[in-house]
This record gives sequence, structure tokens and C-alpha cells, in this order.
Amino acid sequence: MSFDVAVQRLRGEVKVGVAFQSGPGITVLFGPSGVGKTSVLDMVAGLLRPDRGHVRVGGETLFDERAAIDVPPERRGAGYVFQEPRLFPHRRVRANLLYGARDAGDLERTATLLDIVHLLDRWPRSLSGGEAKRVAIGRALLSRPRFLLLDEPLVSLDADRAGEVVRAVERCRDELDLPILLVTHDPVEAERLGNRIVRL
Amino acid sequence: MLLGPEEWAVVRLTLLVGGTAVAAMLPIAFAFAWLLARGRFPGRVLLDAIVHLPLVVPPVVTGWVLLLAFGPDGPLGRVLAAFGIELLFRWTGAAVAAAVMALPLAVRAMRLSIEAVDRRLEGAARTLGAGPWRVFATVTLPLSLPGVLAGAVLGFARAVGEFGATITFVSSVPGQTETLPLAIYAALQRPGGEAMAWRLAAVSVALSLAALILSEWLARLAGRGARVL
Repeated sequence: MSFDVAVQRLRGEVKVGVAFQSGPGITVLFGPSGVGKTSVLDMVAGLLRPDRGHVRVGGETLFDERAAIDVPPERRGAGYVFQEPRLFPHRRVRANLLYGARDAGDLERTATLLDIVHLLDRWPRSLSGGEAKRVAIGRALLSRPRFLLLDEPLVSLDADRAGEVVRAVERCRDELDLPILLVTHDPVEAERLGNRIVRL
Repeated sequence: MLLGPEEWAVVRLTLLVGGTAVAAMLPIAFAFAWLLARGRFPGRVLLDAIVHLPLVVPPVVTGWVLLLAFGPDGPLGRVLAAFGIELLFRWTGAAVAAAVMALPLAVRAMRLSIEAVDRRLEGAARTLGAGPWRVFATVTLPLSLPGVLAGAVLGFARAVGEFGATITFVSSVPGQTETLPLAIYAALQRPGGEAMAWRLAAVSVALSLAALILSEWLARLAGRGARVL
């Protein structure tokens, strides 16, 4: 079992809730904008506290309301790629990539994989949307995550770049054997990537 | 512009008092700014108002309150006396008065810059394995640093211009508490002291102008989210 998630949270007047279990590979959370897909990722990452429910990944309990378990985000091992890249504006690309890195030796391999070697000495504000997205993916991978959370990873990428990111994501799934939870509003993307699709 | 040795002494004392006031006030101002920017607790509005009081209360009242608190019979004065610390008629007392008067300005500037930090970046840092302290040291503090420095510079400008609270609290003792504004006032009271008043006033204006320009520049850096260190 990769993901075993059952969470509920009131967001203003709206109730966000979802329950699913999924095996290895890519689990896609699919649904229209505004139903709370990102909130679910935030709850799995530990950035948002569910009102009730549980979050288990790879058999490990990260949150359980009844058992009063709430692992802080820095110890959950989530490789979270946000919809907007959230790069640290006061650090160059290299320092962004190394922020959570366990082993600086991984930098070159990851940068090559994502084709961002030529960007290492640039400031985040000088990057295009696609470049920033790839740096954000690299930064998440370098933290040696136990699982990946991808929020609309293909948004703001042109077709070529989207293809590259898809291949990189599939490589993470196959070579690194990482469970992946991916959010999208695009049915084609959901069909193409998901081993399992959860509709919200 | 040529200053006499007596005037240089006044300038040096003013810088000493202003510098000490800012150094002592900075961590306190940052703590208040942090509480007001991030804290959610009952009484936040009241705390906000109290912190800003020295900005609007007549300085002579602030000085009097300090005198009551730190005087020989005041509660804080007795505590300090037990450690052999005496503030009245000393430059350290002038620094305390300047720090209290500078605090609200510094808190305002720092609070704005802390509020301007994108909290989503802090969340991203957490998911990358950084605990709350590392997030503070590597994300929040560097991103708010220009505003924090702007607050410090603004506070310094306010501190070196302090008059009312200082003269009420620690009086005007040449060489101890007679900073620029007090020396200018004293010179104006003396027959033939106008030349000295002019020279000291010029120094005072130059100091304030430099501080304002520096703090404006820092505030703009903060607005751009630029890197200063």
C-alpha cells in the first residue's frame, strides 16, 4: 500500500474531504479547480492539519487524529513540487537545489536529468516558468524524498518540456520506486499518467 | 565644517547613546514585530497600541514614566540598583530614553517586512526537511532583513534626535546626557551660543538625512525581495 489517505477539513464554509488507498506507481487526484485537490496534498505533506482522518504512506502513519499522531512536515519525507515553483528568491538555483539535499554529490546527476545544469548560477527571478518548474522538481528530488507530491506539474510548460517532465516523473516512479501523488485538472494527463485515478 | 573639541564630544556622545539605544532596542523591537505580524492571541490590538504609545504621547510624559520606573524608588530602579546599575544622570539612562522613543518606528518597519515574507516559501522549506528554527534563519530572516535594517536605521535617526523624554528622565548633564538636541537647546539659551547651535544643527540635519536615505533604500530592497547579505 503506497497511499492510505482519509482526510476531512472545513475550509471556510466548504468541506474538503477524500478517502482513497492506492498501490505503487502514480496516483492521480483528478477534479475541477477549487474542489480542494491542493489542500489534500498540503494535508499529506503536513502543511495543513486535517480536522479528522489519517494519512499513511508506505505503511507509516504520518497523521492520525484519533491516535494524536501528527508528524511535522520536515520529518515526513515528502518531495513536494508546488503548482507555483516557490523557489527561494534570495538563493541562486544551485543553493535552492541544495537546500534540502542529503548528499551534494547528487546535484550533478539530478541537474543533468532535468536539463538545468546551465541554470545553476542564475537567480530564480531570471528563470522562465518551465525552467523554474524543473528546478523545483530537482530541489524536491535532491531531498531524497520517500514519496512525491506533484501539484499540476505540467501547467505552464510547453509540449516539449511537458514531455520531459513526464519522462522524469516516470523515471522517478520506475527507477527510484517512489510512490507519487499527482494533482491535475486535465483528464488527458490523468489518463496518461495515473496507475490509479481518484476523482474529487 | 570645523567643530571644536567640546562639540566633537557632543557628537561622539550622541552617536554612543544612539548606537547603544538601537543595539539594545533591536531584539526587543523584532520580538514585538514578530508577535504583531504572526501572533494570534487575545490582546494583540492592545499590545499594538501600547507599543505605539511613545510615538503619540508627549515625550515629557514618557520621560516622567521612565523616571518613575527607573528612579531610586521605582520598581525597575530598585532592581537595577541591586546590581549596582544607576541610570539617572548617566548616558545609559539617555540611551534607555532614546530606545523607548525609537521602538515604535522600528517595530512598524520590521512588522511590515515580516508580513511581506511569503509564507508559502516557509512551507516549502519545511517539506525540504528544515525545522522551524532553520526556516526562520534561512528563509524568514534573510527575506525580512532589509526591512529590519531599515527599522534599525529609522530608530537610530529617532534616537539621536530625542529631546523631551531624555531631558525629563536624565536631565541635561554635559558629557553624560547632553546629546545633540540638548546641546543645541543649551547653546541657544546662552548669549553668543548661536554659532555653536548652527554647527550642531547642521550635524544633526546631516545625520538624520543620511539615516532617512539609507532606510528608504533598504525598504526598497525589502520590497523587491532582494538579497542584502
